[in-house]
Amino acid sequence: MAELIRYNPGKIHPQKFALWVGMAGIAMMFAALTSAYIVKQAAGNWLEFSFPNHFYFSTISILLSSVFLHQSFVGYKAGNERVYKLFLFAGFIFGSAFVVLQYFGWQALYGMGVDMKGNASGGFFYLITGLHVIHVLGGIAALLITIFNAFSLKFKVTEKRKLRYDLVINYWHFVDILWVYLFIFLLVIK
Amino acid sequence: MSNITIQEDDVLIKEQGFNDHFHDHHHGDKYKTNFLSHYVFSTDHKMISKQFLITGMFWAVIGAAFSVIFRLQLGFPEESLTWIKPLLGKWIVVDPTTGIGKLAPDFYYALVTMHGTVLVFFVLTAGLSGTFSNLLIPFQIGARDMASPFMNMLSYLFFFAAGVLMFYSLFVSTGPFAGGWVAYPPLSALPQASSGSGTGMTLWLISLVLFVISVVLGGINYITTVLNLRTKGMHMFRLPLTIWAFFITAIVGLLTFPVLASGFFMLIADRSLGTSFFLSDIFIAGEALDRVGGSPILYQHLFWFLGHPEVYIIILPAMGIVSEVMSVHARKPIFGYRAMIYSLMTIAFMSCIVWAHHMFVSGINPFLANFFSFFTILIAVPSSVKVFNWLTTLYGGNIRLNTAMLFTLGFVTLFISGGLTGIFMGNHVLDIQMHDTYFIVAHFHLVMGVAAFFGMFSGIYHWFPKMYSRFMNETLGKIHFWGTLICAYAIFWPQHYLGLAGVPRRYYSFDAFEAFKYFANMNKFISIFAIIAFFLQLLFLINFFYSIWHGKKMTSKNPYGSNTLEWTTPIEPIHGNWPGNLPVVHRWAYDYNKDEREFVMQHVPLKEGEVGDH
Repeated sequence: MAELIRYNPGKIHPQKFALWVGMAGIAMMFAALTSAYIVKQAAGNWLEFSFPNHFYFSTISILLSSVFLHQSFVGYKAGNERVYKLFLFAGFIFGSAFVVLQYFGWQALYGMGVDMKGNASGGFFYLITGLHVIHVLGGIAALLITIFNAFSLKFKVTEKRKLRYDLVINYWHFVDILWVYLFIFLLVIK
Repeated sequence: MSNITIQEDDVLIKEQGFNDHFHDHHHGDKYKTNFLSHYVFSTDHKMISKQFLITGMFWAVIGAAFSVIFRLQLGFPEESLTWIKPLLGKWIVVDPTTGIGKLAPDFYYALVTMHGTVLVFFVLTAGLSGTFSNLLIPFQIGARDMASPFMNMLSYLFFFAAGVLMFYSLFVSTGPFAGGWVAYPPLSALPQASSGSGTGMTLWLISLVLFVISVVLGGINYITTVLNLRTKGMHMFRLPLTIWAFFITAIVGLLTFPVLASGFFMLIADRSLGTSFFLSDIFIAGEALDRVGGSPILYQHLFWFLGHPEVYIIILPAMGIVSEVMSVHARKPIFGYRAMIYSLMTIAFMSCIVWAHHMFVSGINPFLANFFSFFTILIAVPSSVKVFNWLTTLYGGNIRLNTAMLFTLGFVTLFISGGLTGIFMGNHVLDIQMHDTYFIVAHFHLVMGVAAFFGMFSGIYHWFPKMYSRFMNETLGKIHFWGTLICAYAIFWPQHYLGLAGVPRRYYSFDAFEAFKYFANMNKFISIFAIIAFFLQLLFLINFFYSIWHGKKMTSKNPYGSNTLEWTTPIEPIHGNWPGNLPVVHRWAYDYNKDEREFVMQHVPLKEGEVGDH
């Protein structure tokens, strides 16, 4: 019977594992973009510019949204409907605010004279942050569905719903951490 | 195999199998409800595998037909091609005075480009890995289906959509993309660079972005399924080598395809948003473009970071298939099972750190080239481990020379003869001379083109009964094998000489070069065999489709006396693969001729005192 011990089906849910594998793929895409950034920068002809304040605020916003969503998830697991719904909604608002702030940030940057057509540093900035926002929008879509379910279905803590919410939260934390990485990267390596 | 053993198998699974309560919740085959959900939007891994295979075949015919057309141009440059004008339309330019039709040079480049794109991505990646990963992963690890059948369906549908766009690009009036399958800027970045760089390139890019999504979705599923859904007792070192190969291939794909996507997004930005990532100092008709500061070499780095692992994404599944089929038909355990796994891992890892060997003449630092040369040539070591193990598996085996086994042996010969020239090419000092000549064309066609096809054919002939519950015709199969093997060597062996003499690849005509006119007859010889090879593949298609409906029926579950779990499933495939319990695994997949038993299937418990595994 020794070999039966090796079989351990309950360790991690396959869907959650699949999500992590998918995140590795997304991470590789951004790793490639930031590597290309470093290579291009080392080749010279590189314009340095400072960020409009919007990007600092957006960073705070997405960090807060992650904290709120985490609270919401803890509340859900504890069976606390009020905490679950309240923080879910707050997380969604701050998450959406991130996208809006990024948009205004781009506008401000464009106003400063940094555009895609000019120096490659601008092109990289818009491309990297733009692709990141597309991934955040995927998370917002998932949050919308979560909110719809939260307010339309009867509140009940089930394994299936817990897993689904866990997947959404995991993805959201991922795009959050990804942004923090990108933000620090773009801030340090100008 | 006698019926008694089959019944014993059933009893074993019934009595000792693992009840996952799968059939408690599934009443009937829900997925068979209608035509659309069964054949188009299927979530069943067996059907998705067939979808990948047949779509791959469709593209293989198109890709091969392209090569026949450009080989006509290369082998018979003086002959009139007016007869294919009904098919190619304006791409055959007819001289009004003589009536002689010539292939338009622009279209020649489009053919070469599309031949590469289609074969590399649609046939040998999706058609090979997609087909067999889907078919065999759930079957051989003892799972009901993939971890996410829905995502698996999406993976195929994205591939299909990519194919539709690429197919459409063949018919746009400016022609498909014509700048080479690697799509280097500036030809790919400036719509005005050539006629195919406009709409053709836009479609090419969107198609391949969809394709990357398909590969990534498929890969996520393969990795997750192998790691999470193995049946009881199936620990990693009991997996058949096919599964190891698909698993490692999926990891490599997952880590490298997104990098290609990054390169493509930057290329799209250069084409459509006015950025200059890859463009600098371009003059068009004497006018300087205002796009400065970019570097086309940057694209090459991003492209080859996928592009090189891509050739292993193609060949690793073929290696897995060959290892499994060889062991079954040599009636011997695979020699050096763990060495096979570690060499797969080593090859996969090293494939990711050698990409710049494609760029030795692109102006990279020669000192940097040393690093890439060193690791490139080092890949010969794990590759040799594999070849050694295959040969040693064959040694003393009770070999059945059926079609699947013949293609397996063919794979090994092609991998050796194509692989040896890789050692030449990997050396940057030699590469400077041989770069972009027919030598490299011969090298990669043998080692990852034809060899991967042989692995694929071996898999198709071997697992056809598992797909359609019938066998393919052996006589036609053997004609297919010998014909293709002879043609492969007749086509690509002479190309080594062309390459050593400096004949460049991708040239439309050699009229202007006194030195290369000498090779006119050799080119004719190559073209004749290319045409024969094409028709031999049609023979295979006839055999394939005829056998689906009229092939010899499968009468026993395990016709080859094989050890792996797919041969414990019912002859007529069912939803969830096993009717009752899942089999529980007690041993590795290669107990052939052990303790005076010809084969011992994986779910047969160890006898008292028997030492398990390897």
